[in-house]
Amino acid sequence: MNGVIETQDLSKHYGPVIAVDGLTLTLLKGEVFGLLGPNGSGKTTTILMLLGLTEPTSGTVRVLGYDPSRNPLQVKRRAGYLPDSVGFYDDLTARENLRYTARLNGLTRAEADARITDVVARVGLTSVVNRQAGAFSRGMRQRLGLAEVLLKQPEIAILDEPTAGLDPEAAIEFLGMIKELKAQDITVLLSSHLLHQVQAVCDRVGLFHKGKMVLEGTFDSLADRILGGAYRIKVETSRPDGLEPALRAIPGVTNLSQEGPGQFKLETQVDCRAEVARRVVSSGADLLGLTLERPSLDEIYARYFREVDHET
Amino acid sequence: MKREGSPWTGLWAVVLKELADHLSSVRMQLLELLIFLTAFAATFVASRQLRATVAEDPYIYLKLFTTAQEPLPSFVAFLGFFLPLAAIAMGFDSVNGEHNRRTLSRVLSQPIYRDALLLGKFLAGILTLGISLLALWLLVTGMGLFVLGVAPSGEEVGRGLLFLLGTLAYAGIWLALALMFSVIFRQPATSALAAMAVWLFFAVFWDIMVQVVAQALRPAYGGDPFAALAQLRLGLFLSRLSPNTLFAELVIALLNPEVRALGPVFITQLEGAVLNSPLPVGQSLLLAWPQFTGLLAGVLMLFAGSYVLFQRQEVRA
Ligand SMILES: Nc1ncnc2c1ncn2[C@@H]1O[C@H](COP(=O)(O)OP(=O)(O)OP(=O)(O)O)[C@@H](O)[C@H]1O
Ligand SMILES: [Mg+2]
Repeated sequence: MNGVIETQDLSKHYGPVIAVDGLTLTLLKGEVFGLLGPNGSGKTTTILMLLGLTEPTSGTVRVLGYDPSRNPLQVKRRAGYLPDSVGFYDDLTARENLRYTARLNGLTRAEADARITDVVARVGLTSVVNRQAGAFSRGMRQRLGLAEVLLKQPEIAILDEPTAGLDPEAAIEFLGMIKELKAQDITVLLSSHLLHQVQAVCDRVGLFHKGKMVLEGTFDSLADRILGGAYRIKVETSRPDGLEPALRAIPGVTNLSQEGPGQFKLETQVDCRAEVARRVVSSGADLLGLTLERPSLDEIYARYFREVDHET
Repeated sequence: MKREGSPWTGLWAVVLKELADHLSSVRMQLLELLIFLTAFAATFVASRQLRATVAEDPYIYLKLFTTAQEPLPSFVAFLGFFLPLAAIAMGFDSVNGEHNRRTLSRVLSQPIYRDALLLGKFLAGILTLGISLLALWLLVTGMGLFVLGVAPSGEEVGRGLLFLLGTLAYAGIWLALALMFSVIFRQPATSALAAMAVWLFFAVFWDIMVQVVAQALRPAYGGDPFAALAQLRLGLFLSRLSPNTLFAELVIALLNPEVRALGPVFITQLEGAVLNSPLPVGQSLLLAWPQFTGLLAGVLMLFAGSYVLFQRQEVRA
């Protein structure tokens, strides 16, 4: 067993509702894994089972080698959890809220105070740490939640929709903090439906659909599998006549579409910009623009669900 | 499934936090002020009335608790009225409050069991009530010293403290009830109302119901003494299902040394008894023991109920 988190055929039923259906997943140490999926696809339920906060209907879970149903304290000591829409005690200050968490984790007062000073600085809340949490904005709450996760110096951080409700700038900043976790060798599991954000931080993603993990892998492999190519190349030329077959014939091009007069979009398996430029120029046209685009997860997502809907 | 690790990990952290919350909450301070003022008024009036009889009465301090002077009821009557309210005020939003503030999943993701959270909340409530009761008792005793001019005897202090314990058990019933409703109902307003409804039911309707039921099930016509006794016994049994009756009997037994029995007494049972001679503390305690354990059993049952419900509850809001 070298997985930090391992699940085997994990299922959770709420009466007739199947929230999670036969999930098998392995997370390696130091990896950032993204759980992706639309609302109600079972992301939160999966997370709750990993932490022993809800009992699986069937299947097994191992977190750091422990079974969260039998040994929840061992798991919860080593795994930090940031729930979606996290709340704090409004009439306590941020510091007091963190102190309570520290005491629940069995830290001594001195140890707690030292760690609090440290984690509060890391999430950028030092100036407001003595203010009541009730007066905190959504973004500040979210940071305080991350501070709480860091407080126990976890081996695993489980973040449920960490950027939901944040403005774009705050979200980017928050993602930066998540990347820092990776630098400290903390294994991160985060759930989201904001795909481009996941793309920015995750090593690997799993796509959830109606409780099943329908796709799983690194971002490139998903793009390969669903879009048939991992690269997008946009070409802009002055004279489009006769260029299309020449471009199509480039090895590695899987798809080509014309987006406007003289503008083409190529889906390719390799980065063949040089070949494209050569062919455009040799055809006598002027090359006005040539850009490489990585396909976004949004596209993968949209394409995948379009196909699924098509089949049914 | 067997769980590993102590279920009480983190219990003290929870107790300390909740205790601090209670002691600093405006809600609690208002209630305590109210209780203190009324208790002060009741005992002050009682002590002025008792001043005339200080010399004759060996249990003058106990009278301080039980003497009522128009228009004010006695100290114990006040306690019996306010204490359930205070206990309900402390417990009605314990668990659903955490749900609504969205702190529950965060707290339960720390290395503690749910047991510790629930018990910690209950203990903090009991401690708060205990501290208030002790302060109240000291206040009354101090006032007694001041107005009556004699010190309480050791026996009176002992009875007073036992009475405090019994009162705490009574308050525990209402606290455990409020806690259970806070697990059952998601809205704090609903759980507060439900707890108050139960309280009102026992305070006002239970006695009426008991009479009606006893008369219906054990009718006593034409002065048949056995039928009358059977009716009385059934009525007593039913009425003792109410925590209010248990508390009232406990108070009577502990604060009135002359009381030798609770419920009907046959003349034959009094053979050899020296009427009006006071019982020692130990005997009074023995007399009140079933009531005391009855209250404790009620607390345990209610707490166990909340425990079972809370274990099964989904943490997510
Ligand atoms: N307590 C419950 N009782 C019944 N059904 C539930 C319960 N909790 C969750 N579900 C159902 O389980 C399914 C999965 O829910 P879950 O919250 O895990 O989804 P999610 O992927 O986290 O969604 P979101 O993006 O909205 O947070 C949903 O269909 C939901 O209705
Ligand atoms: Mg969710």
